[in-house]
Amino acid sequence: MSGLLIEGSTGTWEVVVGLEVHAQVTSNAKLFSGASAEFGAEPNSQVSLVDAAMPGMLPVINTVCVDQAVKTGLGLNAAINRTSVFARKNYFYADLPQGYQISQYEKPIVGEGVVLVDLPDGSTKEVGIERLHLEQDAGKSLHDQHPSRSYIDLNRSGVALMEIVSKPDLRSGDEAAAYLTKLRAILRYLGTCDGNMEEGSMRCDANVSVRKAGDPLGTRCEIKNVNSIRFVKQAIEYEARRQVEVIEEGGTIVQETRLFDSRQGVTRSMRSKEHAHDYRYFPDPDLLPLVLTEERIETIKASLPELPDAKKQRFMEAYGLSAYDAGVLVAEQETSGFYEQVVTSSGDAKLAANWVITELFGQLNTAGKPIAESPVSAAALGQMIARIKDGTISGRIAKDVFAEMFATGKDADAIIEEKGLRQVSDTGAIEKIIDDVIAANQDKVAEYKAGKDKLFGFFVGQTMKASQGKANPGMVNEMLKAKLG
Amino acid sequence: MSMDKATVANIARLARIRLNEDELELYAKELSGIMGWIEQLNAVDTGDAEPMSSVVERLLPERADVVTDGGIQEDVLANAPDTAHGYYVVPKVVE
Repeated sequence: MSGLLIEGSTGTWEVVVGLEVHAQVTSNAKLFSGASAEFGAEPNSQVSLVDAAMPGMLPVINTVCVDQAVKTGLGLNAAINRTSVFARKNYFYADLPQGYQISQYEKPIVGEGVVLVDLPDGSTKEVGIERLHLEQDAGKSLHDQHPSRSYIDLNRSGVALMEIVSKPDLRSGDEAAAYLTKLRAILRYLGTCDGNMEEGSMRCDANVSVRKAGDPLGTRCEIKNVNSIRFVKQAIEYEARRQVEVIEEGGTIVQETRLFDSRQGVTRSMRSKEHAHDYRYFPDPDLLPLVLTEERIETIKASLPELPDAKKQRFMEAYGLSAYDAGVLVAEQETSGFYEQVVTSSGDAKLAANWVITELFGQLNTAGKPIAESPVSAAALGQMIARIKDGTISGRIAKDVFAEMFATGKDADAIIEEKGLRQVSDTGAIEKIIDDVIAANQDKVAEYKAGKDKLFGFFVGQTMKASQGKANPGMVNEMLKAKLG
Repeated sequence: MSMDKATVANIARLARIRLNEDELELYAKELSGIMGWIEQLNAVDTGDAEPMSSVVERLLPERADVVTDGGIQEDVLANAPDTAHGYYVVPKVVE
C-alpha cells in the first residue's frame, strides 16, 4: 500500500492524482513544418514561415512524428485509433503566433492503455492510460530580460509533442513519481522521447483532488508545468494537504490552475488563467483526418524493442536475479546493455550483477559520470570477474583491482601483474606463512586450544595480513583448522 | 436556440473583438439565426453516415522527417514591430 492517507480533524482523506505528461517527440523536423526541432539554437533561427503563422502557410504532417506516436501507443499497451482528427485549440498568447494550437481533441491517435508501475515497496500497480495525442508546442517567452517587455523565441513553436494522459489511478506523490519514472524509461527504450526534464522535453501537469475513502471524486486542481520528478511528488503532497485544510475549515475547492513554487515548496493560484478555459475546439480545416493502415501499424509493431518489463522478467528467469536487482539493471537501457556484455565476458550473471550494481554504480556515482562514460568497459569488468572465478585474485583483492581500473583505465591482468596481486594458492607458501603466524603467537594458540574459539578469526586475519591479502582465503581457513587441531 | 447578449459578449472577449452595446444586440440576433439554421440541420438523422471531411477522396499528405526549412531569422522577424537580439519584443505578459 503506497497510497498517501491524510489524517484530518474530520477523518482520513485519500489523495487522487492523474498526470498529463507532455513528451517531446524525438524527430529531426517539426510536426507540421521542415524547420529543425533541435534544442538550444539561436533564437528564431529554427522557424519556418509555417511556425511563425504567416498568412497562407499550410501545415504538412511529419510522417516520423506519426510513427513515433503509434510506437509509443504500442509501448503503453494502448489502442491505436485507425482514424484520428486534428483540432484547433484556440487561445491568445504572445508565444502562440497562430492564435491556436493544433492538437487532437475528440479523436486522438492513441486510446486507452496501461502502464505497470514499480512501487518503492517492491510491489507493482497497473496505472491506466486515458489517451495519447499529438500536438504542437508553443514558443518560449522570456520575461526577465527587460522591465516592461517580453522576448519571444519561436524555435519551439511547432515542435511535436505527445500529451500522455493517465487515468486518476494514482494515490500519492510516491506513486506519481514511480509512474513518471516508468513512463520515462519506456519512452527512452522506445526512442520516441529523450525524457530530458531539464531541457523541457518531458513536462508534467498534475491533477490533484482529495476525498474520504469510498466517496466520489472531489474537485480537482491542476498543477502546471512541474519540471522534475521530485517536484511532482512535493507538489502533490503539498496540494493534497492544502485541500484537506481548506475543506476541513469549511471552505470548498475551486477548480483552478495552480503553479508549483519549487523554492518554497508550495502551490499558488494562477488567477489569470481562470477565465481562459473555453478553448472552442473545432476540427482543423487545413488537415484531413489521419488514417493509419494495418500494414503501417504492423511494421511499427515489428520494430518495437524489448521493453523494461519484459527485460526485467527475462533477467530474473535467465540470470536468476532478484526482482530488485533486475529492476535496477533495466531502469536505463544503457545499463541493461552494459550488464549483458559483462555477463557474456565474465560467464557469471550473478557476480556480474553484484559488481555492476555495487562497485560500478558506486564509483560512477562518486565520479558523477553516466555509464556511457565509464572508464571501465563492460569487457574489462567481465575479464576481471573471470579472474575471480578462475582463482587468480580473491574477491577482496578484486575491489582494489577494480578501483585501480576505474582510476587508470588499465585492464585487470595488467594491474594484477604490475602490483603482484595474484592470489597465492600454493600450499607450501601458505603453510609457511601460517607456521610463522603460529610461532609468533604461541600465547593465543594456547588460549584457542583451551576453548576460546573466537580467536580463529584472529589467525585468519594475521595470515591474510602477512600475505598482503593475497593468500587464497578458502585455503587459509582449511589449513589453519588442520594446524590448530 | 437563441443567443443572449451575455453569451455574445463572452465569445467576443475570447476572440479579442470589442463590441459595443448596439453590436452585441445585432450579433445576438444574427448568431441566433445561424444557430436556428444549425438546429434545422441537426434534425436530420446522420447516425449511420461517416463524417465527410473532404469532397474529394484523398488522404492526409505527409512529409519526410528532414530539415528543409528555418535559418531565416531575418525573414521571420521582418514584419515584427519590435525586435532585439533575434527575439520578438512584445509588451510584458506575466502570469
